[in-house]
Amino acid sequence: MARNKEKLVLLLDVGPSMHGVLSEVEKLCSMLVEKKLIFSKYDELGVVVFGTEESKNDLTTEVGGYQNITVLQDIKVVDGDLVDTLQKLPRGRVDGDFLDAIVVGMDMLIKKYKDLHKGKKRLCLITNAIHPIKDSFEGSKEDQVMTIAEQMAAQGMKIESIVVRGRLSRDANKGVMDENDHLLSIFSKKTHTRIVYVDTPTSLLGALKTRRVTPVTVFRGHLELSPHMKIKVWVYKKTQEEKFPTLKKYSEKAPASNKLATHQVKVSYEYKSVDGSSTSVIPPEQRIKGYRYGPQVVPISTAEWDAVKFKPEKGIKVLGFTDASKIKRHCYMKDVYLFIAEPGNTRATLAVSAIARAMKEMNAVAILRCVWRQGQQNVVVGVLTPNISQNYKIPDSFYFNVLPFAEDVREYQFPSFNSFPASWQPNDQQQKAADELVQMLDLAPSGKEALLPEFTPNPVLERFYRHLELKAKQPDAAVPPLDETLKNIVEPDPELVAENKSVFDALHRHFELRQNPKLKKSSRQWYQEKQSGSNAHVSSGQAVNSIENQPPVKIEKIGDLTPVQDFEAMMSQRDNPEWVEKAIKELREKILALLIHSDEGDKYQKAVECVAALRKGYILEQEPGPYNDLMHHIRQYCEEKGIKSLPQLLASRDLTLISKSEAEDSDVTAEEARSFFVKMEPKPDV
Amino acid sequence: MGLDPEDVFKDEEDDPDNEFFQQSESSKEYVVYLVDASPKMFNTTCPGNDQKDETHFHTSVSCIAGSLKTQIISRSYDEVAICFFNTREKKNLQDLNGVFVFNVAEREHLDRPTARLIKEFDCIEESFMREIGSQYGIVPGSRENSLYNALWVAQALLRKGSIKTADKRILLFTNEDDPFGSLQDAAKKDMTRTTLQRAKDAQDLGISIELLPLSRPDSEFNVSTFYADLIGLDGEDLAQFMPSASQKLEDMKDQLRKRMFTKRVVRRIEFHIANGLSIALNTYALIRPTVPGAITWLDSVTNHPLKTERSLICEDTGALIQEPPKLFQPYRNENVKFLPEEIAEIKRISPGKLRLLGFKPLSCLKDYYNLRPSTFVYPSDQEVVGSTCIFIALHRSMLKHKRFAVAYYGASSHPQLVALVAQDEITSAGAQMEPPGMHMIYLPYSDDIRDDEEIFPDTEEDAPRADEDQIQKAAALIKRIYVKDFSAFQFANPALQRHYAVLQALALAEDDIPETIDETAPDEEGLTRPAVVKAAEAFKLSVYGDSYDEESDMGKEKMSEASRKRKAIAENAAKDYDWGNLADKGQLKNLTVGDLKVYLNAHNLPVSGKKEALISRILTHMGK
Repeated sequence: MARNKEKLVLLLDVGPSMHGVLSEVEKLCSMLVEKKLIFSKYDELGVVVFGTEESKNDLTTEVGGYQNITVLQDIKVVDGDLVDTLQKLPRGRVDGDFLDAIVVGMDMLIKKYKDLHKGKKRLCLITNAIHPIKDSFEGSKEDQVMTIAEQMAAQGMKIESIVVRGRLSRDANKGVMDENDHLLSIFSKKTHTRIVYVDTPTSLLGALKTRRVTPVTVFRGHLELSPHMKIKVWVYKKTQEEKFPTLKKYSEKAPASNKLATHQVKVSYEYKSVDGSSTSVIPPEQRIKGYRYGPQVVPISTAEWDAVKFKPEKGIKVLGFTDASKIKRHCYMKDVYLFIAEPGNTRATLAVSAIARAMKEMNAVAILRCVWRQGQQNVVVGVLTPNISQNYKIPDSFYFNVLPFAEDVREYQFPSFNSFPASWQPNDQQQKAADELVQMLDLAPSGKEALLPEFTPNPVLERFYRHLELKAKQPDAAVPPLDETLKNIVEPDPELVAENKSVFDALHRHFELRQNPKLKKSSRQWYQEKQSGSNAHVSSGQAVNSIENQPPVKIEKIGDLTPVQDFEAMMSQRDNPEWVEKAIKELREKILALLIHSDEGDKYQKAVECVAALRKGYILEQEPGPYNDLMHHIRQYCEEKGIKSLPQLLASRDLTLISKSEAEDSDVTAEEARSFFVKMEPKPDV
Repeated sequence: MGLDPEDVFKDEEDDPDNEFFQQSESSKEYVVYLVDASPKMFNTTCPGNDQKDETHFHTSVSCIAGSLKTQIISRSYDEVAICFFNTREKKNLQDLNGVFVFNVAEREHLDRPTARLIKEFDCIEESFMREIGSQYGIVPGSRENSLYNALWVAQALLRKGSIKTADKRILLFTNEDDPFGSLQDAAKKDMTRTTLQRAKDAQDLGISIELLPLSRPDSEFNVSTFYADLIGLDGEDLAQFMPSASQKLEDMKDQLRKRMFTKRVVRRIEFHIANGLSIALNTYALIRPTVPGAITWLDSVTNHPLKTERSLICEDTGALIQEPPKLFQPYRNENVKFLPEEIAEIKRISPGKLRLLGFKPLSCLKDYYNLRPSTFVYPSDQEVVGSTCIFIALHRSMLKHKRFAVAYYGASSHPQLVALVAQDEITSAGAQMEPPGMHMIYLPYSDDIRDDEEIFPDTEEDAPRADEDQIQKAAALIKRIYVKDFSAFQFANPALQRHYAVLQALALAEDDIPETIDETAPDEEGLTRPAVVKAAEAFKLSVYGDSYDEESDMGKEKMSEASRKRKAIAENAAKDYDWGNLADKGQLKNLTVGDLKVYLNAHNLPVSGKKEALISRILTHMGK
């Protein structure tokens, strides 16, 4: 692991022009450290801020100059204090010089690591780069940057620059900005550099990869165009979902005094025979895997499978090229792969480049059959699309998307829109209103694309890590609502909506929505609740009236006269699970009431009918627990009161406990259920 | 009931969307295949696959056989019955003439398909004439009405189960568009009336009757003669029903395949377009990976299924934990604890809603913006009247302006940013190829995308680019291997096919496992055609010069330093022991797993498994 330890110095511009976004910078950087604390605890990190009034760095004491740069934190292994430091960055008073900051950062890395750890040393600059850097004593600014970049390359350092621009940098001097952009671009000529420009606080949060994953090849070998024509390629993942972290289960059993308690929970699985008679645990060697084939379960041992299963040879083969329009975008099945020519192999790179460019020109895609590893038990068929590189340092490559097999597709038929009645077809005005919306609610005006996936953080993960940090300090803190920056990902941009108020007004004018009056009340109520949550004002008076005028066919309560029928009616209102719960609860109460108010058992017959209905209901819902509890209760009641007739009635109609065979969740065996009322020993009548 | 705390931690694999295919018993489908077996079905032929003529009977039977095979894999809880009418023999509970219910041992008439059913049905044509026989059931002068009888039997078969929990369908295969054509006026009228009444009775019981008509080459099946009334078609439906003469077998199979599966809504969602403007949509999973069914553990002695009991045990005290435990994440040298509800709360962002954020041109939807299979959405006016109208308007605008919508989908387990891409309806020869609606494509976040800068290694020089000549040569090669009519999902999954072939063979206790064809294998023959080889050579020469062969050989030579060292060590070590001697004396178990692996490595054997497995592998390799 040690070889992957990253050494990072953050260079943060805290000058006055940055104050507007500093809270986002704080969140971004603390998230970076929070994730490091979990996923790469041994990474080392230093923090430099520039634009401060005071100066505190080695270079200013050693050689002078390098004003307004403060080393907030020397390079050290990441810890919780770093999060605290980054959460309250100082607000500077002067415009900083980012080049000076870079030099300070480099100096820190060089002093600490000499020329070791090549490729693991990184600088990360966050600035708006709208202020001119100081002129150098000798040579032009460009020469100066060139020297620094060369030095950086020699030391095996990388630099990542996040430049905050657009709406966030107000009216800055364009000449200065262009000059700075040019200077920063020099770095990319000499070293491995990533420069990103962000223009919203939201994209700033997504601009930095807060968790670094070392890319791993999925495949190294030949891309076979034909048996005679092979190109050496490496395959990486291009997208892979960062999952919500898997939390461990916590045990509170250990006494508080036990300081060494791990509080871990072990999940154990035991395999038991279902017969019910014996509850013996079957040892692993006596278990065999069974596979379903229709109603049959076919036992097959692992060894048998190995002998007969599908074993394709490793390799990637082209099945053919076809027109790009043949492959629909929505057929892409999984995360995406990137095919690159074998690094350092010029010929292969040229071959990939030639084919990619030819495909692009012809608007063609290739269909591939891939077996990534030897021993893999399936093949993957997918589509290879060209990726023509815009960056002259980066060679051309391909993207690869997995396509479905015939078995994976359900070809449902849907009615054609033209077949709908005229009242469902939009008229010209409605169509115009929709056209306006589609054109005006624009997220990509003139090249400035909002919510670009590359710069959009995952709001759920952001929320989790922030809450984790908060909870570490206040264990009982509640989950905070999404902050403004993250809201921009899950809700429409209020500015954009305000700009297009007329478009939305037209939409409201031309389209009318109302609840379906034929629908049952309950599900409509559910809808209304949801509506009111989203401050709806469509639900016109008409809709409200229609609820009141509803014919009273709905049974909402179990009456005394026909409890069983009422119960069944309620159970069949399957539109809302609440009905079922309510029906069961009410019938249960009814049964207990019948028992208590029964004189000489005159109502037992009715009670038994109700129990029968209730039992059926619970089996239908597969909820044996509450029913069995009720039966225990009834038995106890009868035992105490010395009632014999009711248990006999129940037993005669087989209305005993719900057993395992009837509901999966029951822990009562069929035997136990049968003997439930038999075993009962009523106390002698007093 | 309530919230299942585990539900919160379900990851992609347990996504509720996927449960779609592991359908439960609660939503079954009961299907009766009603096949006309009149002599006309055997006499009429239509051109089939290999230019050979096939009888209509064969076409119907092979369609059903195909769908049974699909069904046992993906929807094995559904129940089927196969019923012939216009037969010589009769076999049905009602003892009606001219109707024969086909079945096999250990199976009720309407039951889940079994391996035996599939196997025996596969060879039904050989025995059909002998055992069941074909004969016109409706003849002048007789009061028999085989169609009426068939519907009666089918309806009786479908009496099982409640209409609330099951879909009931009759699929009727016939090539006779006028079943009572041979009768005289009064008798014809009477029989028509009673048969229609029978069908209506069935429909009133919630049974749907669907017709799969087979057209004769010379005259088209005329639905309006009789069957339009039977299945309740009128007006526009009727016009669309037989859009073109579907004479070809392929069309027929296609039709059946599409009707085999009734649509299932994955869930209903609310599409929030603007404040106060929320429409109702249904989502459907049109594409999801099909995986071999779940494993059931069996007791190898009795072959009875085992019950799995999961228990949580405290590692410190060994005590059993009953209540759903809290969760924790080690952080800052502490355990930060969460309640399951808190985790659910963190994930809850506009739950159940799809919120429109805006629109982008289609060119912004990059090829690498993909994580999971897409979901199809289609409007519904069931709850909110007017939904379809807005949806159609947006759909048209998006197609016209070539834009897609960006929206936030607050699914409870997996809230995500999505792209909604409008898909226009595509029909080909009357069949719907692509349904109209929108596809919801799940977009990645910044953390999910790997930067090119990280993947590509550092280089001093600029990346090489192909020149015009090389591109031309590549284009020439591509043209040679061009497939014109490719469909995205034309291949069967060879692994899955193999899996079920093995299962079927074992289920029927057959000795040999049938060979399965790997449809995904490249067309080696086609690729070695002289024209292709020539184009490949030209491309090679243009890019590689004369050095192509050296290049491809270099791979073997250029084994990395580290792996060469490892191999050398392994070979040396392997020599160190007298393996044969050790094996003979049974002393292999005295060696460490590491030592054993050295031997396995040296002989290119797999190194997985427990020590015993390794030893037995070595012994097998030595032939002992």
